[in-house]
Amino acid sequence: MRLLFYLAALGILISQAPARGSPEEDRQMFLDTYSKNLPDVPLSRYVHGSMMLSDDALSQYDSIMDFPPFQDAVDSGEKIWNTPFKNGQNFSNCFENKGVEIAGKFPYYDSDLEQVVTFEMALNFCLQNNNEAPVDFVDPETMGALSAYARSLSDGMLMQIEISTPDALAKYNDGKSLYFRRIGQYNLACASCHLTHGGHYFRDELLSPAIGQAVHFPVFRGGERLYTLQMRYQRCMEAVGAVPYSSGSEELNNLEFFHSYLNNGLPLESSVYRR
Amino acid sequence: MVSEAHQRRIFLKSALAVISSLIVPSVGYSRWDKNAYNKTEIVASVQSVGVTNLADLREGGGKITLLTPKIAENGAIVPITVNSKIPNTERIFIFAEKNPQPLVSDYVFTPHVEPFVASRIKMSETAFVHAIVLAEGVFYRTAREVKVTIGGCGEDS
Amino acid sequence: MDKTVRFRVRVKDNIANVKAMIFHPMETGYRRDKNSKSIIPQHFVHTAIVALNGKTIMEVHWSRSVSKNPYLNIRVPGVSAGDEISISWLDNMGQSGSGVSAIS
Repeated sequence: MRLLFYLAALGILISQAPARGSPEEDRQMFLDTYSKNLPDVPLSRYVHGSMMLSDDALSQYDSIMDFPPFQDAVDSGEKIWNTPFKNGQNFSNCFENKGVEIAGKFPYYDSDLEQVVTFEMALNFCLQNNNEAPVDFVDPETMGALSAYARSLSDGMLMQIEISTPDALAKYNDGKSLYFRRIGQYNLACASCHLTHGGHYFRDELLSPAIGQAVHFPVFRGGERLYTLQMRYQRCMEAVGAVPYSSGSEELNNLEFFHSYLNNGLPLESSVYRR
Repeated sequence: MVSEAHQRRIFLKSALAVISSLIVPSVGYSRWDKNAYNKTEIVASVQSVGVTNLADLREGGGKITLLTPKIAENGAIVPITVNSKIPNTERIFIFAEKNPQPLVSDYVFTPHVEPFVASRIKMSETAFVHAIVLAEGVFYRTAREVKVTIGGCGEDS
Repeated sequence: MDKTVRFRVRVKDNIANVKAMIFHPMETGYRRDKNSKSIIPQHFVHTAIVALNGKTIMEVHWSRSVSKNPYLNIRVPGVSAGDEISISWLDNMGQSGSGVSAIS
């Protein structure tokens, strides 16, 4: 037992052992790691991820965001959102407050369905409940565009994920355990790069901290290729040589639940530019 | 708000302007120069816009402001701004030296618009971006190096 | 493809700061279709005419080295309320479009 303890402490077993604490204690542990890695960087800058230390990168970002080239994709999402279903209802009827200022509460744990529900799943539930066909989670022209517009109705809202029951906590912990699990040919966990080295450089790229990531999706990479958060998880899994879970799978839903909780308190902004 | 009928008139006037400008070149204008845009090397490219003698290219110095990123986040979308303080600026030409065709764009100014333009260009690799200004028959130049890590011409399959 | 031009115009001291975007693929001719693997042909706006109240004030020449969904920011001095700025464009496949914005 003592040997295991020492090995764990030396980081040989796993890069950073998941703390046996509450979600708030987890979030604080992440924050403490980042303030060591990024002294003097205010939390508000974390939403800019790997651009946060470069004025040159941020100035390009601001210039592009002033008049985004992907405006047409967001507009097509607006059209989908506003087009009534065959039964005369529309998307805004499915959400509280007509879909305005709600995305910060997603994902949430649904005790009837006994699963985590993401915003994108809620959009599909809305379609199904109104006798329309659900759309593909990874299709930029349907779910991507719709999510890009619908989420923007919550821009500025603070992420505010709630974990108030033991069942919800169990899903949070499932997501957390995936976050810390080494996977793929490179045998890396999300935590290996984005917790331990969040704010450090890997070659010439700044590894973005987990805190600040979940609030700014979907992104348009290169100003044109749309990625939802779960599509981004899939790309990361491929990058470490792992077979990715599917968008909308329980694994990625729970991961998003955990990841979003870490981002509590930060303002949402959807449909943004990334390189 | 512009009425529909009015909008149609404006559209037609503009469309006619496009068509007529393509048939009868107005004074001081030059049509899209296929010869210049097809050049594949920077010196030939610069010469093709009228700089017959490179030695005649004057340094723009502080009179041409060229703003570019130091390191382009993505070569497919590099924001650049050019502002000319040279009196009677007629044209601004923009080149990305290492692009397959270095001439990126050119702008023809009348006195009714400021000799200023901001746009977004594609760069295939790290290179100098040159802004050449033509004013009263004289060409002036300024350039800035832009580093590019992700090339912008999209040779992906 | 959207044939219109999107505008954002702000006037200060009678100078209109005009930002415009044309939604156009600006295809370089270097990219391959993911499925068929064949080259996607060049398709780009080569000329755009900027007019103030119907009179041409600027001519724009672009190449495939201009970014997709091309953006243009220019400054037009001496404008007054009711003036109209229009942009008409033409591409290498003969397609065209235009848009107009009224100064308020």
